[in-house]
Amino acid sequence: MINTNNPVYRRRLLVHRAGIALSVGAMAFGLIALLWILATLLVNGVGALSGSMFTATTPAPGSEGGGLWNAIFGSLLMVGLSTLVATPIGILAGIYLAEYGDDNKVAQVTRFVTDIMLSAPSIVIGLFVYALYVANLKHFSGFAGSLALSLIAIPVVVRATDNMLRLVPNSLLEAAYALGTPRWKVSTMVRLRAVKAGVVTGVLLAVARVSGETAPLLFTALNNQFFSADMNQPMANLPVVIYQFAMSPYDNWRALAWGGALLVTFSVLGLNILSRTVFAQNAPK
Amino acid sequence: MTQASKIIEISGLNFYYGKTRSLHNVNLDIHEKKVTAFIGPSGCGKSTLLRTLNRMYDLYPGQRAEGTIAYRGRNILEAGLDVNMLRAKVGMVFQKPTPFPMSIYDNIAFGVRLYEDLSKGEMDERVEWALKKAALWTEVKDKLSKSGLSLSGGQQQRLCIARGVAVKPDVLLLDEPTSALDPISTSKIEELISELKLDYTIAIVTHNMQQAARCSDYTAYMYLGELVEFGETDQIFMNPARKETQDYITGRFG
Repeated sequence: MINTNNPVYRRRLLVHRAGIALSVGAMAFGLIALLWILATLLVNGVGALSGSMFTATTPAPGSEGGGLWNAIFGSLLMVGLSTLVATPIGILAGIYLAEYGDDNKVAQVTRFVTDIMLSAPSIVIGLFVYALYVANLKHFSGFAGSLALSLIAIPVVVRATDNMLRLVPNSLLEAAYALGTPRWKVSTMVRLRAVKAGVVTGVLLAVARVSGETAPLLFTALNNQFFSADMNQPMANLPVVIYQFAMSPYDNWRALAWGGALLVTFSVLGLNILSRTVFAQNAPK
Repeated sequence: MTQASKIIEISGLNFYYGKTRSLHNVNLDIHEKKVTAFIGPSGCGKSTLLRTLNRMYDLYPGQRAEGTIAYRGRNILEAGLDVNMLRAKVGMVFQKPTPFPMSIYDNIAFGVRLYEDLSKGEMDERVEWALKKAALWTEVKDKLSKSGLSLSGGQQQRLCIARGVAVKPDVLLLDEPTSALDPISTSKIEELISELKLDYTIAIVTHNMQQAARCSDYTAYMYLGELVEFGETDQIFMNPARKETQDYITGRFG
């Protein structure tokens, strides 16, 4: 029979309980903040959700009703284009870093710059694209917005790909080389394939990240009160519309801002849940 | 036992991990269509020796080999050798099963596609042939499109052997192929080795002395990077010439 009065055991039990209490407390703090945000969005935003939100364009000042169709469409277009640009560049750069990153100066510098880009404030990216692209063409445009979003998404995809590829055990790579497989095939058909799910998750996280970005779009795509599919013109988008409408004096604008915030948040939440469940199922063991 | 022809002749082989020398002047011949076993305590250099035979060490900068390894008369350590062609001829199976992240069928077809352009029908035949060789066909024939990772450990290892056999290599290197497996899978793979040696030359590293005694025709006993004794397996186990060998195989090593 174990003596439960043993002082060593009692102290260990105490430390154990204190640790559990702290962990649960931290978990509750994070979770409560998240649930609070979601609940506030639901309470204020659900009223704005209606069919017209997806069909009507943003209303002019002082006019009744209106919707977010132009902003939803613009956001989808710009986020979609930046994903198409960032995914191949990010994955290829990630492969390069994982394959050559250990003993190569160029790769080390690339990795360092990627890390800086990851933590750079997104407004700086917006200003950069403004100075380089918008100022030279003398007008805001959807292309400029996509460019800024791509620059934010690329380092996320690079980092995710690089990190995932590094998880592939050497033994698997050796087995592929042992068949006489050339390096590029080992790297794409075995190594990348082994962590396919993780890389897709990385891309989805990058999409989630850029779909909420406001600052870089303020300087690039700006906004457009009307529906436009011309990427060479200013383009409406949800984050900027939310930013402008939320601080307006019009009730219908503020309601639309809540509705837009609800839409963005739950889309991002949905993407995250999708990437973590559906794709995690066939992750490597 | 009749004298078989030599397929690999190792002479004056030294190996370095950076500055550390881990093989000292190894001289050894591997005979065609025979099983050669390498035994010895951990760290004796037996795996290192095996990994020089397909230049696996090339993957890691800082590792290098000196001396000559003549494979069918050609020194494979010389610069300018096409290592991919060498590895297509000298296959390898590792300690841990390493199925590729693809279907069972593609696991086998992957290596074949690297060097041969087969029709669908020919490839189907080759996959079936390789899986039969590795005694896995009956267990997987109805689920060839399932992932190779869905198999049990023993099945995965036989899949890796089938993958190595499918490219029809000349020599098969087995690096402790059964050390991660249960006794039943182990005995299946040992049976397999005795069948495979009808067509292939096999070099096997093992920690299991009974396995070396059961499977091999020749045995090399290594210690601290040196080849202590090499000869026909019966002779090494029944009547070793060196006292160190005697001590190791009888378990009185120390």
